[in-house]
Amino acid sequence: MIDLDDTDRALLRALAEDATQSAGALGRRLGLSQPAAWRRIRRMEEAGVIAGRRLVVDRAALGFGVTVFLGVKLATKGRVSLEDFERAVTAIPEVQVVQHVLGLFDYRLRVVARDIADFERVLRRRIMTLPGVGQVEANVLLTEEKRPGPLG
Amino acid sequence: MLDDTDRRLLRHLLAEPSLGTAELAERAGLTTATCWRRLERLTERGVIGARQALIDWRKLGYSVEVSLRFTLDKTDPRAFDEFLAAARQVPEVIGIETFLGRVDVRLNVIARDMKHYQELYRSRILTLPHIADIEALMLVATIREAEALPL
Repeated sequence: MIDLDDTDRALLRALAEDATQSAGALGRRLGLSQPAAWRRIRRMEEAGVIAGRRLVVDRAALGFGVTVFLGVKLATKGRVSLEDFERAVTAIPEVQVVQHVLGLFDYRLRVVARDIADFERVLRRRIMTLPGVGQVEANVLLTEEKRPGPLG
Repeated sequence: MLDDTDRRLLRHLLAEPSLGTAELAERAGLTTATCWRRLERLTERGVIGARQALIDWRKLGYSVEVSLRFTLDKTDPRAFDEFLAAARQVPEVIGIETFLGRVDVRLNVIARDMKHYQELYRSRILTLPHIADIEALMLVATIREAEALPL
């Protein structure tokens, strides 16, 4: 864990909106020299605070009009069943996110599909046939919003 | 519409969003100039948007991540707007999603530890307006997180 000062947090906030901004441009905005801004960004990358990049895409424009979150409960538990389930679920191309959770469900999945009919196909052929799968709950995503988080 | 080359370009870019134009061009079997032109066109059409830095909150000391699922009291027509406006005021809320289904809204909440989470839950979450029901899913591990699409 590393400590960030206000300037680091401002840099991080700016990069979380647009990571293609140059150290020079960011520095000018925050009253830093280009090398000073670059050193701060580099330090946050090395510490793993900046973990990579995400490309924002318009999924609907790419033909994927439906995003569904599934809560999945396993019918059978044990180390082997978790591993089997995880191996099989990560091989499904329509599944973007797999999270192991504690609570009402064992896993949360984000599934993309072309439309509701396509989602039904993925659900029936791919999800319901996963090893150990039990109760499944589906919620169709309407809007999503990323927030800057505690960087204020 | 997208052609096969656009799709190939997007597959590589979604798999590795930090690739530079030259590397991306090489992987997709295009010249750098063609690759750059196609990216420009996809950006102009709004198909691709910003490239954003991913923050690993655990590295900043936030070890707890909880997915809170809310059912709202929809007898009040302002329930959604007022709930969302209030949720945006909580700095530890890093994501907000709305749904069609049994769950109305999901908040992704981070906290330094369980004690901090409990404080947040009592002082900032339970005080949000129009809540009918809450369920919590605590994140144990992210097995896969990708923006890849089966293009």
